[in-house]
Amino acid sequence: MNVGSQVGSIEAFTLIVRRELCLSFRRPDQLLQPLVFFLIVTTLFPLGLSLQLSLLRDMAPGVLWVAALLSSLLSVDSLFKSDADDGTLEQLALCGQGLTVIVVAKTFAHWLVSGAALVLVSPVVGTALGIPTGVFPTMMLSLTLGTLTLSWLGAIGAGLTVGLKRGNVLLSLIVLPLAMPLLIFGAGATDRAISGSSAAGALYFLAALCVFTCTLAPFAATVALRITLE
Amino acid sequence: MLKGVSLTLRPRQLLHISGPNGTGKTTLLRVVCGLLRPEQGLVSWLGQSISSVRAEYQAALAYASHEPALKGDLTALENLRFAVGLKRRVTAGELRASLEKTGVAGCADLPARVLSAGQRRRVALARILSMKASLWLLDEPFTNLDAAGTDLTGALLQSHVEGGGAALVVAHHDLKVDVDMRRLELGL
Amino acid sequence: MWTWFYKLASPPYVYGAAAALVPWFLGAAALALGYGLIDGLAIAPPDYQQGDAFRMIYVHVPSALLSLTVYTVMAAASAVALIWRIKVGHAVSAAAAPIGASFTLLALVTGSLWGRPMWGTYWAWDPRLTSELILLFLYVGVMSLRSAFEDPERGDRAAALLATVGVVNVPIVHFSVVWWNSLHQGATIVKLGAPSMAGSMLWPLLSMWLGFMLFFAAVLCIRLQGEVLNRERQTKWVREAIMVRREVKS
Repeated sequence: MNVGSQVGSIEAFTLIVRRELCLSFRRPDQLLQPLVFFLIVTTLFPLGLSLQLSLLRDMAPGVLWVAALLSSLLSVDSLFKSDADDGTLEQLALCGQGLTVIVVAKTFAHWLVSGAALVLVSPVVGTALGIPTGVFPTMMLSLTLGTLTLSWLGAIGAGLTVGLKRGNVLLSLIVLPLAMPLLIFGAGATDRAISGSSAAGALYFLAALCVFTCTLAPFAATVALRITLE
Repeated sequence: MLKGVSLTLRPRQLLHISGPNGTGKTTLLRVVCGLLRPEQGLVSWLGQSISSVRAEYQAALAYASHEPALKGDLTALENLRFAVGLKRRVTAGELRASLEKTGVAGCADLPARVLSAGQRRRVALARILSMKASLWLLDEPFTNLDAAGTDLTGALLQSHVEGGGAALVVAHHDLKVDVDMRRLELGL
Repeated sequence: MWTWFYKLASPPYVYGAAAALVPWFLGAAALALGYGLIDGLAIAPPDYQQGDAFRMIYVHVPSALLSLTVYTVMAAASAVALIWRIKVGHAVSAAAAPIGASFTLLALVTGSLWGRPMWGTYWAWDPRLTSELILLFLYVGVMSLRSAFEDPERGDRAAALLATVGVVNVPIVHFSVVWWNSLHQGATIVKLGAPSMAGSMLWPLLSMWLGFMLFFAAVLCIRLQGEVLNRERQTKWVREAIMVRREVKS
C-alpha cells in the first residue's frame, strides 16, 4: 500500500494514537471536562424533575444516553481544531500515509479518552439514576457501541466545521439529527433490559449501525478534511 | 488568483519564488505540495501526476509552512519524533543530532511553547533535515531568525542542493546561496 | 449520449433550460393541483371513520413525500457535484434545500392540524411526524453549514458532503423511529395513514402528488436560475446576459 514510505500503515496508526494520547494526558483538565459534563448533565434531570429513585429508573436510560450524547459532542469539537490552528494538520496530511489513516487513528484515540472513559464511568451514573446492577452489562455494551458510532459521526462533523469560528454549535446541529437513531436503539436496549425483556434486537441494530458507520465514516471524514484543507 | 504559472525543477536546482504580498506565493507552494488542487493545470513528479503517486511524492518531500507547525505541549524531540517517524524510522539519537545541527540541542526536552520564535523556526528546520527528503518546499524559512540562523539556513540549503536535492523557497529577500538558482517573480 | 450529460454540466445551458421550463411546469402544476383540490376537498365523499378530517391527507401526504424526494434530489446533485466536480450540482442542491425544508414544515403543520381531530392534541410522537421533524433538522443543518463558510465554494462542498451523508441516514432514521414507536405503543395510536383507499379518494391524491412534484420542479427552476447567476457572476456569459436584459428593458 505505502510503496514510497518505509513506515507501514499499522506503525503509523500506532504512532499517531500515541501522539494523541500523549497530547491528551498533558492536559488532564481538558481530559476530564467531558466526563464532568456527563455527570453534571445527569444531575440536571433529577434536580429538574424531583423524582424518587424508583420513578427515575423509568427515565434513566434516556437521561443517561442524552447526557452521553451531549458530552461526546462537546469533546469531539477539538478533534482536528488544535492541529488545524497550529499548522500540524498540514504536516500530517503530507506525511505520506494518506489522510484516512490519520483520521482513523485520531478518531480512535479520541474515543479512547472520551467514549471509553464514559463507558467506565457509566455504572456510577447508572446507580445514581436507579438502574439495577443486573442491567449494567447491557448498558455498558450499548454505550460502547454508541460512543464509537458517535465518535465517527462527530469526526465527520468536526472535519466539516474545523475552519469555522463558533463551529461547535453548528457541529452539534449537524451531528445530533444523525445521532437520533443511536439514541433510540441505545436507550431502547437499556430500557428493555430494565423491564426484563430481551435487549438483543436493539443491541443487534446498534451493532449494525456501529459497523456501518465505522466502515463508511472514515472516508466521509477524510473528504470533509480535504474540503477544509483546500 | 494565480494564472499562467509554469515551472520545472530538476535535482541540484533551487527555485526562488518572490513577489509582493498577496501575489500567491504561499498558494503556489501549497499547490506544489498537493494540499491545494488547481482549478486548471497539473503538478507532476518524475513524469507522473502527483495525485497518482501521492504516497511516493509525499515521502520524497519536506514542507515547511510559514508557521513552524509545532505542538506546544510536546517537547522539541517529541515533535520531531511524531512528525518524522511517520515518514521513516528514526532513532532519538538521529533526531538529537539534527537538533544539534540547527543549534537547538538544548531545547530538545523542552515543551515547544516555552521556546522563542527563533528557536521554533530552528526546530522546524531540524525536522526538515531529519526527513531526508529530496525535495524541500520552504515558505519564508528565514522568518524570526537572527543573522547566525539565516546563515545556517543558507548553508543547509546549499549542502542539500549540492548533494543532489532540489528546493523551492519562497522568500521576499535575496538568497545568498551559491547553487544553480532560478528565480520566479510573481507580480500583481 | 454523453453529450447530453456534458450539456447539463454547462451553467449557461442549465440557466436557459430552467428559464424555458418554468411556465410549462407551472401550468401543468396548476392543472394537477386544481383538479386534485376540487375533487379531494369538495367532491370525494367523507371517510366513514375520520369524517371530513381525512381530507388533510391531500396536502399532508404529498408534502411528506416531496420532502423526502427533494432531499434525495439534493443529495444526488451534491454527490454528482462532489464526485465529478460539476459545479451546477451545487447550484441545484442549494436551490432545492429551502424548498424541501418548506415541504417538511408543511408536512409537520398539516400533520399537527390533522392530529387535532384524531388524537385531541396538536402533537403526539407519531412515527411519521417524528421522522419528518428529524428530516427538518437535517435540512436546517445542510443550509446552516452552507452559509457558515465565508468562501462559498467551500461552503458548497461541505454542505454537499453533509447532504450525501444525511441521505444515507434518512431510511435509518425512519426505521428506527418506527421501531421506537412500536416499543412505546401508547393507548391511542391512530396513525396518520390513509384509510382504506377507495378509487374516489386515490385519484385526487395522486393528482395532488403530481401537482406538488410539478410545483417543486417549477420553483426549483426559478431558484436555480438565481443560484447559477450568483455562482457564475464573474463570467462573461452572465455579464452578456445582464447586458441583454438591460437593453431589452431600456
